[in-house]
Order: sequence, then C-alpha cells, then structure tokens
Amino acid sequence: MLEIKNLHVSVEGKKILKGLNLTVNAGEVHSIMGPNGSGKSTLASVLAGRDGYEVTEGQVLYRGEDLLGMAPEERAHEGVFLAFQYPVEIPGVGSIQFLTAALNAIREHRGLEELDALDALKLFKDKIKALHVSDELLGRSVNEGFSGGEKKKNEIFQMAVLEPTLAVLDETDSGLDIDALRIVAEGVNALRSPERAFLVITHYQRLLSYIVPDFVHVLVNGRIVRSGEKELALHLEEYGYAWAGQRDPTGVGSG
Amino acid sequence: MLGVGNWVTDGDGRVTGKVKNSQGLEAYLESFKKLENGAGGPEWLRPMRRAAIARSSELGFPTVRDEDWKFTNLAPLSKRAFAPAAGADVTLEDLAPFVFRGQESARLVFVNGRYQPQLSDSCAQPGGVLACNLGQSLQLQPELVKLHLAQYLDYENDFFAALNTAFVEDGGFVYVPDGVVVERPVHLIYVSSETPAPSVTHPRNLIVVGEAAEGAVVEEYVSLGGEEYFTNAMTEIVAGPSAVLEHYRVQRESRKAFNVGTVRVEQSRSSNVACHAVHLGGGLVRNNVHPVLAGAGAECLINGLFLPAGKQHIDNFMRVEHVSPHCGSRQFYNGILNGSASGVFSGRIIVHKDAQKTDAKQTNRNLLLTDEAQMDSKPQLEIYADDVKCTHGATIGQLDDDAIFYLRARGVPEQTARTLLLFGFAAENLERMRQAPIRGYVENLVTEWLPHGEVLKKLR
Ligand SMILES: Nc1ncnc2c1ncn2[C@@H]1O[C@H](COP(=O)(O)OP(=O)(O)OP(=O)(O)O)[C@@H](O)[C@H]1O
Ligand SMILES: [Mg+2]
Repeated sequence: MLEIKNLHVSVEGKKILKGLNLTVNAGEVHSIMGPNGSGKSTLASVLAGRDGYEVTEGQVLYRGEDLLGMAPEERAHEGVFLAFQYPVEIPGVGSIQFLTAALNAIREHRGLEELDALDALKLFKDKIKALHVSDELLGRSVNEGFSGGEKKKNEIFQMAVLEPTLAVLDETDSGLDIDALRIVAEGVNALRSPERAFLVITHYQRLLSYIVPDFVHVLVNGRIVRSGEKELALHLEEYGYAWAGQRDPTGVGSG
Repeated sequence: MLGVGNWVTDGDGRVTGKVKNSQGLEAYLESFKKLENGAGGPEWLRPMRRAAIARSSELGFPTVRDEDWKFTNLAPLSKRAFAPAAGADVTLEDLAPFVFRGQESARLVFVNGRYQPQLSDSCAQPGGVLACNLGQSLQLQPELVKLHLAQYLDYENDFFAALNTAFVEDGGFVYVPDGVVVERPVHLIYVSSETPAPSVTHPRNLIVVGEAAEGAVVEEYVSLGGEEYFTNAMTEIVAGPSAVLEHYRVQRESRKAFNVGTVRVEQSRSSNVACHAVHLGGGLVRNNVHPVLAGAGAECLINGLFLPAGKQHIDNFMRVEHVSPHCGSRQFYNGILNGSASGVFSGRIIVHKDAQKTDAKQTNRNLLLTDEAQMDSKPQLEIYADDVKCTHGATIGQLDDDAIFYLRARGVPEQTARTLLLFGFAAENLERMRQAPIRGYVENLVTEWLPHGEVLKKLR
C-alpha cells in the first residue's frame, strides 16, 4: 500500500530525513518510535502534503501511485488520513460544517452520493457515540478551546467518519489519560481491516499494548535504524534509543 | 448668534476662505439659505440649525492634516456639489430584499431621506412604545425629543454632525419607556434611489431606551441603483439606567456613494448597549462610533465587520469614552479587504480621571486577500485614571496556512477551505449579534460577498 524509498527531506535547507525506507502492506499496523526531533512528524507531514518540506531524493508510492505529486486534498480523497500531533484550532468554523465538507468531498471522489445536512449529522452522532466521546464537541468550532485530550479524541472521531485507507497517527497518545488512550485505541482497532493500514507514531510502548503493531521501527536522526516486531517496543522502553542504534545488541531487531 | 441670512457676508475672512476652497461647502450653504426661508421643524430647533451651519462653515471639511482624518482623503466629497435629494417612487416590491418579514416589531422606510408612511409599519402606542419618524415624534413626544435631540452629537467640533444638524429633516425615532421590553427589532431602512443630480441626505435618528427597558434597532442603508450620492447619517442613542439595547447598522450603499455615519451613545448607570455594524457598500465610508459611558457600571460592546472590495474605502473611527467608574467596553472589529480596497481602524479609548476600575478591551483583526488591498490600524489610549485595565491588539495578515492545510488534509478542496476560513473569521463578529433574524440576514450578505461563497450554502 505504501512504499517509501530512500526518502530525503529538508526543511528550510536543513536535512531532516536522510534516506528513509519503509514498506507498509494493507492490513498492517506499523509503529514508528524515536527521540524528539528525529523526524517523525516530518515524515507524517510529507505523507499528508504539507508545504515547506523539500523532497531532495527518493519517492513515495501509495497504492502504486506517486503520492508526492498529489495535493493534500487529493491524498485525503484517495484515503490518506493524518491525525495531527498538534490539531489546529479554527475559530468560527463549525465542526459539523467542516466535517460535512470533508466527508462529501471524499464521498464525491468515491462516486457516492453527497449526504445532506441531516444524514451527515446523524452519521456524526452515531460515530461519536460509538467512540464514547461527548457529542458536545460537535456543537463547537473546530478544536477551538478544546483541551489536549479533546483535540486528540476529535482526530480519532474524524478518522472514524472519513474511514481512511491509510491512517497516520502522530503521537495521538501523548498526554492522554488512560481513559482517553483507550478511546483512541478502540477507534483504531474498530477500523482495522485487511484493506487498511496504520502508521502509529508514538513515544510510548503503553499505546502499543492497546494497538498491537505488526512491526515497530526506530527512527533516529532521519533514518530507520532498527525494525522488529512488537517486542522491540518493550526493549526500547527498557534500554532507550541509544541502544537501538547499536549493531543488533540483543538479536531482537532485524534492522 | 449669527443671523442666518447674512452669515456669509459677515464672515471674518476665515469663513469666506473656507467657502472658497470648497465647492461642496458652498453648495450646502446655498441650500441652507433656501431651506431657511421655509425651515420646517419646531421653533426650538432653529437656533440650533443656525449655530450648526455657522460651525460647519467655520470648520470646513476635515483634511488629511487633521489627525482624525489622516487616512481618509475627503477631496472627492468636498469638491462635489450635492443637491438636496428629490423624492422617488419606490414600491414594497423594491424593498423586498431588505425586509425581515414578520420579524420586525416596526418598520420605517425613508426614500431619499423622506419618510414613506405607505411603505412603513410604524408603532405608536399611546404612552407606550414608539417607533415613528421624527416628524410624528414631535407631535407624540415633543418634550422627550426636545430633551434629547442634538444634545449629544458634538456639532460644535464635528463638521458632519454640524451639517446634519443644520439640515435635519427626518429620521427614525424609537422610544422604549421605562421597564418595557421590545423583543423584535425596529427596522429603519434608508433607501437611495435614482435622482436627476447627485444628491445628499442627512438622516437623523434618535433612540431613547428608558430605565430597565430593552430594545433592538436596525438601521439599514441601501441603494436601488448604482448612482453617486452622499448619505450623512447621525444617530443619537440615550440608554437609561439598566437599559439594554442592541443597535445594528447595516450599510449597503452603492459602490459610488459616500457614506458618513455616526452613532453617538449616551449610557447611564448599568446600561448595556451593543453597537453592531456591517459595512459592505459605499465608495468612501466613514463609520464613527462614539459611546460615552457616563454612568457607573455601564457596559458597551462595539462589534463591527467591514468588507470592502474593488476601490472601496472604509474608515472606522471608534471613540470610547469612559467617564464613570466600573464601566466595561469591548471592541471587536474585523475586516476582510479584497481587490484594491483600503480600510482604516482607529480605536481611541479615553479614560477620564474619575473612571477608576475601567475595563476596556479592543481588538482589530484584518485579512488582506490581495497584495493591492491596504489597511491602516491605529489604537490610541488616553488614560487619565490610575486604576484601569486597557488592552488592545491589531493584526493585519492573510489566512492561517496551518488552518488551510488542516482542512485540505481532511479532503476539503483548497478553495472551499479558504472560503470556510473567511466565513469563520467573519463569524466571530456574527456570533456576537443576539438578534437571530438579523444575524441570519447578515450571514447571507456575508456569504454572498465572499469569494466562492456559494460553497457555504450547501453546508448550512
Ligand atoms: N518548520 C521547520 N523549520 C525548521 N526546522 C524544523 C521545522 N519543522 C521541524 N524542524 C526540525 O526538524 C527536526 C525534526 O522535527 P520533527 O518535528 O519531525 O521531529 P519529531 O520526531 O516529530 O519530534 P517530536 O518527538 O518532538 O514530535 C527537528 O530538529 C526540528 O527542529
Ligand atoms: Mg513530532
């Protein structure tokens, strides 16, 4: 589904990603862990199509097509979703209005009929209820005045509504209490299917005991220095990232 | 006092000098001479008219050398000779787009400055709520009108207030007696329609809200054609103790029109007044809002949205005076400027020496949609008390890239994302409007104005 080949990315002339390789197949959940500033959000941003990231080398294929050539909204139409590390507050734009616009744009692309305001609202209410999140969020402007936890839950709610094919979650677990963490995990698990894939960026093994990944990758200084199965996350927590950079210290990793 | 018939000749050089450098002013002075021969209105108004015309002749049109007019060049207005407006036939159908059917408690329609009873739906309960034209108010509440008319607008120092006072002919009068609550708004509609020559009107409104009374008034200025004319509209609002008033000005003049409008509010103890403004029209617009928080504990909200495009120029001039202690004022002005439009926001807050515990806040935010659009924003604080809280902030910029990206990353096409964000920016002002029918009406106007606004229609 997703093939990242030798990806080099610079921001304002500074090299951030330095030859990143990653293949994600449909049905898989991959976790990316790594220290602050290692380039995790940069990768997420490049996948979603944010401006200001210069790809100097390499390519990204999504379902066999050149992802980097698509506008951000085209990527969303094709099923790419990014749960932002820092969701943006948008005063004055109603959550329902925003999500209706997003959903209908995607439905149109998928050849589905547009939902009218009432049906859309019903869908939103069903989805938010299923996540055990208060539907009071729907009545507010997008993320405006939301707590950190509310913002993260709102990202998961949007994901549930838009039903992406490839979801990238950028530290959606950071700063969450255990109840909110479960909501996030359940949101992801409910969507898991053989047709979908997830890229879960996190600092903590904690999330991965709820969302069990198929693969764990360690990103340090713009490169994946180690990849392995879910046990790798436990070792990372115990020994730290410096350990991961060493040459196969325990025999757990395969990277 | 100067005799009106001879004031031009009895000038002291300064006066004649002014007359010489402004054809426009000369035309007003001529008109006044003619008017004087058959001046209408009550006897007590006459000396005021004369004093006012004398002052306007002394003051002359403000120029950009005047600190308060630094960003607005009035030359196009001062050079023009406008004739007093002639009447015109306007039907209810013509007005259909401007009427909130069934949502008004009264409607007063003025065409080219003249009251049109056949298009209006006035309200004159004996001893009760009054919404009528000034002419009728002089019969129904002569003492009240005399007590308040021209008592607050400073025609000694304000040229346009002086002109208006000299020529005051008609306008709306709204009176809500003590303790009475009028829930639905009184709607004043000023229509400008085709005239043989560029014309001028001087609408004059007086709104009196009694103690613990509550009301809402909408003043709307519209044009039926695209012609050039000048509206010089003045409103005096008197809010009694604990009175609550929502006042709206919706300005949709022709793009060739000149519009100078002043709202002067006198607030008593614990009164609460909101001055909302939406400026969409006009070629050259000056929007003055001047509340005086005269009684302790008074609160005022100044909430404005201005949306110039093309070559429009909209100058918003706020002057908030805190006179008594424990008063609060909130100013929120948002502008979206398109084309090669220009805008001005001057926010002066004056805290007089007895106004301790003043809490004054001012925010002016502006979005420029093109490189050609231009905005000048200027806060001015004059504080003579020591225990006060005053904050102000202004921004001039473009839409937030992060917000655009967030929307696009969810699948919203870029154009729609921009339109949504622009509407959101305006919505901050719209949300402060408590009268639902007016808010809905203005929402539609804003939607129509916005580039690609039609995409929003499906989302509501
Ligand atoms: N807009 C930018 N301008 C300049 N440098 C940037 C910009 N965005 C990111 N960087 C730099 O790129 C590097 C990688 O940042 P990135 O946000 O991808 O890290 P991260 O792994 O997500 O870190 P964290 O765990 O703190 O979220 C950092 O050194 C950061 O300072
Ligand atoms: Mg990050």
